[in-house]
Amino acid sequence: MRRIRAAAAGAVTVSLLAAVSACGGGSASGGGSGDSPKKLTYWASNQGPSVEADKKILSAEIAKFEKETGIDVELEVVPWSDLLNRILAATTSGQGPDVLNIGNTWSASLQATGALLPWDDANFEKIGGRDRFVESAIASAGAEGKDPAAVPLYSMAYTLYWNKKMFADAGITKPPATWDEMAEIGKKISGDGKWALGAEGSNLSENIHHVFTFGQQHGTNFFTPDGKPDFTSDAAVDAVKSYVDLMAEHKIIAPGNAEYAQNQSLQDFAKNKTAMVMWQNAQTAFASHGMKDDDWGVAPIPVRSGDPGSGTGVNSMVAGINMAVFKNTDNLDGSLKFVKFMTSDAEQKALNTAYGSIPPVKAAQEDRAFDSPALRIVRDTLANSAAPLPQVPAESQFETAVGTAVKELFAEAAAGKPVSKDLVREKLAKAQQQMPQG
Amino acid sequence: MPSAPRSPMAAPRSFVWSRRVFLTLLTVFVAVPVYVMLSSSLKPLQDVSGEFRWLPGDLTLSPYVDIWSTVPLGRYFVNSLIVAGAATVCSVVIAVFAAYAVSRYEFRGKRVFTVTVLSTQMFPGILFLLPLFLLYVNIGNATGVALFGSRGGLILTYLTFSLPFSIWMLIGYFASVPRELDEAALVDGCGPLGALLRVVVPAAVPGIVAVTVYAFMTAWSEVLFASVMTNDTTRTLAVGLQAYSTQNEVYWNQIMAASLVVSVPVVAGFLLLQRYLVAGLTAGAVK
Amino acid sequence: MTATLAPPQGKRAAPGAARTPRRPGRLRRAWLPYLLLVPALALELLVHLVPMVYGLLMSFKELTQFYIRDWTTAPWKGLDNYRVAVDFDTPVGAALLHSFWVTCLFTALSVGLCWLLGTTTAVYLQESFRGRGLLRGLFLIPYALPMYAAVITWTFMFQRDNGLVNHVLVDQLGLFDEPPFWLLGDNSFWALLVVSVWKGWPFAFLIVMAGLQTVPRELYEAAALDGAGRWQQLRRITLPSLSSVNQVLVLVLFLWTFNDFNTPFVLFGKSAPQAADLVSIHIYQASFVTWNFGTGSAMSVLLLLFLLVVTAVYLLITSRGRRSAGA
Repeated sequence: MRRIRAAAAGAVTVSLLAAVSACGGGSASGGGSGDSPKKLTYWASNQGPSVEADKKILSAEIAKFEKETGIDVELEVVPWSDLLNRILAATTSGQGPDVLNIGNTWSASLQATGALLPWDDANFEKIGGRDRFVESAIASAGAEGKDPAAVPLYSMAYTLYWNKKMFADAGITKPPATWDEMAEIGKKISGDGKWALGAEGSNLSENIHHVFTFGQQHGTNFFTPDGKPDFTSDAAVDAVKSYVDLMAEHKIIAPGNAEYAQNQSLQDFAKNKTAMVMWQNAQTAFASHGMKDDDWGVAPIPVRSGDPGSGTGVNSMVAGINMAVFKNTDNLDGSLKFVKFMTSDAEQKALNTAYGSIPPVKAAQEDRAFDSPALRIVRDTLANSAAPLPQVPAESQFETAVGTAVKELFAEAAAGKPVSKDLVREKLAKAQQQMPQG
Repeated sequence: MPSAPRSPMAAPRSFVWSRRVFLTLLTVFVAVPVYVMLSSSLKPLQDVSGEFRWLPGDLTLSPYVDIWSTVPLGRYFVNSLIVAGAATVCSVVIAVFAAYAVSRYEFRGKRVFTVTVLSTQMFPGILFLLPLFLLYVNIGNATGVALFGSRGGLILTYLTFSLPFSIWMLIGYFASVPRELDEAALVDGCGPLGALLRVVVPAAVPGIVAVTVYAFMTAWSEVLFASVMTNDTTRTLAVGLQAYSTQNEVYWNQIMAASLVVSVPVVAGFLLLQRYLVAGLTAGAVK
Repeated sequence: MTATLAPPQGKRAAPGAARTPRRPGRLRRAWLPYLLLVPALALELLVHLVPMVYGLLMSFKELTQFYIRDWTTAPWKGLDNYRVAVDFDTPVGAALLHSFWVTCLFTALSVGLCWLLGTTTAVYLQESFRGRGLLRGLFLIPYALPMYAAVITWTFMFQRDNGLVNHVLVDQLGLFDEPPFWLLGDNSFWALLVVSVWKGWPFAFLIVMAGLQTVPRELYEAAALDGAGRWQQLRRITLPSLSSVNQVLVLVLFLWTFNDFNTPFVLFGKSAPQAADLVSIHIYQASFVTWNFGTGSAMSVLLLLFLLVVTAVYLLITSRGRRSAGA
């Protein structure tokens, strides 16, 4: 009996131990805790067609860095669905990577946590100087008047993709340059199951990006100069209304798009059901839906004046990815070296070519690789008529609150209900009240 | 027991008919989404999200080939098996001991124990996700036992997710095992744990199997904690499947194909286990 | 309340003890139950209760992105986070209240349907007939699929323009002129309910099926001899025998459904339509998406208090009911 009891006690202990330690077969890649200066952890965002494809592309480049410096880089490509939560967990616990990619709209929010290394002149000097980078890209790396929290890595902008076959079928030869033309062309194309423009009405970020552009064209960026939310001004209401009116009033966006959030509008485009989409970097997606490169064309996003430029001529946000260093890294020197490597002219050319984006580094941008008709428009947009999303700590709240308001307005429009100015103002007022006070 | 003894009470016609109608409707409800997954997994990407048709036009097996290279599916699958398997074994063993103690002994603090354990079932995951992560990091810093990012941490977390319910269910099952049985075993010279292992556990097999399945699925499906607590080498399937939806592309057909591929072993396991669900007590352990 | 789960021992144990000649041995073993409980207790303490205390502390702090890097130095806010959450005149409080009612209704319907489907199916499958094993396997599939895959398939089917649901309802049955939206607006509530039931009922089925195995066959045979019909057998034998299983099953289904985060999150993304804005996703939005962990924690604690009260009341009622029924 004693033996059975002992055996049972043993079983309990073993199962406990097993639970606590023995079962743990995984490697713990804590990153920041690596005491050795010969080691770095890097979290990359998913830029290519898949996580595995990214791993291949990046590993090949990183191998050069490892050979050059003898520093061992542990790469992890983090899917978008996990990235922000992982960063938050890393920030709260101090247990994260040394170097990481962040979406540039998160810059100011993450900057406010104080967890990221500020890029003052001294740090910039170590990677070749601040003036190597395009200024609008730097402006999307942190709040105005503060040292940037990150360094631009890949740049992108919104452009208008148009389906050549559908345009030809409707007897139209060139894409619209103004919103009035858009409405006009839209009427000709829409009908019989075909629609002029696609939208991702349930994707909060997409909503914000477009509404922001409309806001610029109406002369507002949704925040007062001192960073307070200002969603209910006439300009903001008009901006939001003109975007939603593409569905509600002009009826050139299919009502079904109100529920799109999984890039369904690209599929409609490839299936000749939607003639235009406003997108960043859609070419690989088109290809995987069976479209050939000459099936579609690229044009700048329309502006009210027909002439993209700064101020009310803005027709895109500055989209892109920035690279940041965690302040508590144990390998600051190596981290800076790595950032320097990734932003070097040669790597910028290689990486941006692989991902179809534009280098935010001026010298690399000049390369012929970025001179295709499609990329030239992106480059011009970035240089002349793109503005960064408001760089305020409450940016993510802004995305959620206003993005949801736009989603709800699309839902109203899709249900055939009128979208009045008052309704828009009411939704935006509600969004504003959800913003952090003070 | 495929050939159950003919019941003295033959089922009345109305009962048989109501059963047929009910089970047919239910089968449709259950099977249609499964059919959608299967048919979508066999379509080329450009057809998947087109207008729905019951019968697919073009069929292709390429999603079943591509799933392995888009995402390291094999590794995620192994991780999930290890994590869910270990969490299940630990959880069931611990639950059996705890449930036995509660169902067979009177002791001080029994009520406190059961209430405490049950109450953990109602903690919203969101509330303790970050604190738990912090705690694991602190344990790691203090003792060098790496819990965050490792499979061990995930196993530990998941086994506590399924413990409370497992204990409660097993208390119920054990209570329905006649106490005379273990007392007879005690008389025969078994210790209390001998009685547990030789009498109570065999008699409560259906309950234990149900709890096992439950513990496994809890670990198998969990998304929120896995998304924060794993890294590329330890990522589980539940989270890993989301990687088929990338920034610019949602590989619908591959999502469906991968889901089916990874579910086949699980369903097969269920089917193997299900005969134990119906054996047990009715098989004559209590006579 | 625990007494009902572990039926009173004294009475029944006595004859056994009398037959056992080694009474002193029993006393010596007083530590045994504690030893058996230690692992479970220690783990729950580590993984649930300790972090829970952290969470409670968080709810009294201002934990926005300005402070999350070092919680210990974040300023105390006293009850401010709670005040924000329960001030129902402001949009934040009103939205939380709305979301709470939606969750209550959703939970009641979902748990009810899961239980009903699970129990009915288990009862129908109790007797063997051709194809029973096949059906049993089929019915467990929704439970065996990874959650993400199952829910994403439903999103796929609920699409307005290309989904199966509208294909059947509009094109084949002609019930609507215009295809309705299922993932937007008021219909989203029903979409969420359908998915939740589809995922959840097999669990009820599994547990009830296992529970039914412990009901002695002789009871049915005796009842049949007494001339009791199927319905009466169900009411007099099956349901009463299941009562202890059901007590836990319903409670657990309730707690899960109420706290369910995954289903709405995969179905609707970061912002659920108002009609389907479950509390869990609401809190996720309040804490993770907008980086305000203080307010998010306060909301969670309120939710937890509510669940504690409901659970306690539920256990009191069901235990009393069973005790009097058993007497």
